[in-house]
Amino acid sequence: MALNSKVPKGPIKDKWTDYKNHIDLVNPANKRHIDVIVVGTGLAGGSAAATLAELGYNVKAFAYQDSPRRAHSIAAQGGINAAKNYQGDGDSTYRLFYDTVKGGDYRSREANVHRLAEVSANIIDQCVAQGVPFARDYGGLLDNRSFGGVLVSRTFYAKGQTGQQLLLGAYSAMNRQIARGKIEMFNRHEMLDVVKVDGKARGIIARNLITGEIERHSAHAVVIATGGYGNVYFLSTNAMGSNATAAWKIHKKGAYFANPCYTQIHPTCIPRSGDYQSKLTLMSESLRNDGRIWVPKKIEDAQAIQQGKLKPTDLAEEDRDYYLERRYPAFGNLVPRDVASRAAKERCDAGFGVNATGEAVYLDFAAAIERYGKEQAKIQNIDNPSGGKIYELGQAIVEAKYGNLFQMYEKIVDENPYETPMMIYPATHYTMGGVWVDYNLMTTVEGLYCIGEANFSDHGANRLGASALMQGLADGYFVLPYTIGDYLSNDIRTGKIPTDTKEFDDAEKEVKDRINFFTNNKGTKSVDHFHKRLGKVMWDKVGMARNEKGLKEAMAEIKAIREEFWKEVKVPGSANEMNPELEKAGRVADFLELGELFAKDALVREESCGGHFREESVELDGPQKGEAKRNDEDFAFVSAWEYKGEPADAVLHKEELEFNDIELKQRSYK
Amino acid sequence: MNLTLKIWRQKDSNAKGQMVDYKVTDISEHMSFLEMMDVLNEQLVNAGEEPVAFDHDCREGICGMCSMYINGEAHGPDRGITTCQLHMRMFKDGDTITIEPFRAAAFPVIKDLVVDRMAFERIQQAGGYISVNTSGNTQDANAIPISKHAADEAMDAATCIGCGACVATCKNSSAMLFVGAKVSQYALLPQGQVEAADRVKNMVAQMDLEGFGNCTNTGACEVECPKGISLDNIARMNRELMKANIS
Repeated sequence: MALNSKVPKGPIKDKWTDYKNHIDLVNPANKRHIDVIVVGTGLAGGSAAATLAELGYNVKAFAYQDSPRRAHSIAAQGGINAAKNYQGDGDSTYRLFYDTVKGGDYRSREANVHRLAEVSANIIDQCVAQGVPFARDYGGLLDNRSFGGVLVSRTFYAKGQTGQQLLLGAYSAMNRQIARGKIEMFNRHEMLDVVKVDGKARGIIARNLITGEIERHSAHAVVIATGGYGNVYFLSTNAMGSNATAAWKIHKKGAYFANPCYTQIHPTCIPRSGDYQSKLTLMSESLRNDGRIWVPKKIEDAQAIQQGKLKPTDLAEEDRDYYLERRYPAFGNLVPRDVASRAAKERCDAGFGVNATGEAVYLDFAAAIERYGKEQAKIQNIDNPSGGKIYELGQAIVEAKYGNLFQMYEKIVDENPYETPMMIYPATHYTMGGVWVDYNLMTTVEGLYCIGEANFSDHGANRLGASALMQGLADGYFVLPYTIGDYLSNDIRTGKIPTDTKEFDDAEKEVKDRINFFTNNKGTKSVDHFHKRLGKVMWDKVGMARNEKGLKEAMAEIKAIREEFWKEVKVPGSANEMNPELEKAGRVADFLELGELFAKDALVREESCGGHFREESVELDGPQKGEAKRNDEDFAFVSAWEYKGEPADAVLHKEELEFNDIELKQRSYK
Repeated sequence: MNLTLKIWRQKDSNAKGQMVDYKVTDISEHMSFLEMMDVLNEQLVNAGEEPVAFDHDCREGICGMCSMYINGEAHGPDRGITTCQLHMRMFKDGDTITIEPFRAAAFPVIKDLVVDRMAFERIQQAGGYISVNTSGNTQDANAIPISKHAADEAMDAATCIGCGACVATCKNSSAMLFVGAKVSQYALLPQGQVEAADRVKNMVAQMDLEGFGNCTNTGACEVECPKGISLDNIARMNRELMKANIS
């Protein structure tokens, strides 16, 4: 099947308005006879479910947690971008559009990104109307901060808990519709397959996670909003339950999967401390505004630190290598996420890591404390302040800015980051790749939509900070409610979709067979055992830097782990009860397939772009020597993979990317 | 370190539960409490036994899913954190640790340490929202200035993660801190004024219907709350309720 992105004709700034003016609408009386299933209740799913119910559709929403409010959007810290230009610093829809396309290293679809920028301002209005307590300045107006990769202040925030407050806003809108009976909420339910009737998505098979019962749910359209697949690495900043099962199941039923190799590795996470580690914790990007990143200059100092014989504070200034400031004098410690992550890996691979595992670098606030201390002394007219006084004054400023993050660090690591530098290391954080969708956010299966992080459309090969929340809410509040209406206008005479049909029988049987396999298999190894092995292969060979040899090995190794998994996995308990091991088994089985496609996609893309770095594709000389080299001539396309059985047999379809409104340039941070 | 764990095991909501003893060895002080539970569960799976079911998800203290009652305290022996942020350095080699679910009549046990907190959902559905549809043409976000003080105070109330530690801690199983926080968030903002009276009446009525107890001002909820939600929110809710009932 040829890919059709269905981008409307006309100038980019008019596309979305013209589109909305010409789509078919469903009248309010008919909406009452149309059912929509929304799987996932994070920012994208929650906002979509609430808005569709407000419009009058009958919505069934599904979450694996015990409440929609617990979806992992809740953990987003920094903020949400919007082209409001409240600061009068030259921001505009075009500038947000431009920054997002450039930040994505020119691998996103222009028309989708422009639409995102257009609706961004509406999101802030909507959230304020819902009672989201954004930060305000003393005049009572909304405050903004700045994030990496841009030159304006357009980020709105609610302390370090912006994701939480936005999700609670969408959740409150859902609650209003649940109370009215327009949303039927299925907590502690997991979607295990999609049901297609005559080629159209018409329902899902779900498991009640309390009773184990397998349920059939029908609808006129199905929306997948189940987030990213970062847990394919086992260790990530995702929640423990975050999984790719819904996205992968629809892929196996005909939805193409796009750009799986585009993954964001966030540079400032708390390093791993041992093999028991279950997840990684992000420290906000804002810390790089004041922290200086370094490792020892001499290998013997690094080794002494690794063995616990030397402390970082013992090292003189000239024995420290501030490698980001050295390599990227223009941007220094504020280079984009992908660049900062790769630089940390390069130093640690060379043996300069600073903890027992050798996988950590320092983020040091001593210089900031001194700088702020001197500034405060001047402000307070203190002549010849002592070193102690400067430290005291400076520490108070750093505490006011980052106190909660420092406290979080101290709780986890048990070290005081005011006195000794923080240790950080990159970790998997966000996946730009996902289910392929057209301009309508519809997948290659009719009536099957995919929104939020689960789709691929807006961030290209690298996402800018504070743009994930923007995309989730744009899709759910302002884009999908229009595009899905155009599709559903053909369904006003269809009537309720019956569930006692062969299509539902077959899908349910498939789901039950797989569950019975797990609970009856006489294996010897736990689900986590396989998940950890998969994660290690992914991190070592499909992580921050990739090469042909490693990717080929990864594909073979993942296949071998998968085959062993299906022989040796052990799942205690039964199918008819709450059984967390059984839930994990299904998710890991899907990750074991997705991981191989991920490696295959990375192998095919013989260029470096955004979060995808191929060691073979670097600048060989000139001022950019050693930096990532993009290849627009051969790779300015979206890779959309069609399922054909084994992941290695997946067929590649290309959506060529056209850039009519933005000139393609190399990103430079030197 | 080596530890003895006394853990509440209960097959399902109808079964009779009991405390069961387990031993774990070689636990690192750098582990989080839930990573210690992962070690125990891996041990149980390998021995062919059923692992202990417990709620958890984000493991960074924000989703509100984890809910253990450890050595007689909701979220265990540390302040300002959830169970997933508790670390084993708070314990000593040879300790015996008692682990129970959050207990309250309104939070029935589903399995082992997992409880049903749907009562919180129903309270929110009774009025924990502002009635505004998504339209794309609500007024501009800066049209109504809101004092920084009010916005900050509303944010402090809104920071509640809905974990239920307040209920589990309270000798009366009262949910007033939870409900007070939500009522306060909207009561402090101009957007929330229009429906303020109905909101507080409906949410409190639902809270009573769910079987939560009353508040006797012991303040235990504030002490155990992982997000430091203030008792002031309960006072504000009571004022709002009185105002709604007499006007």
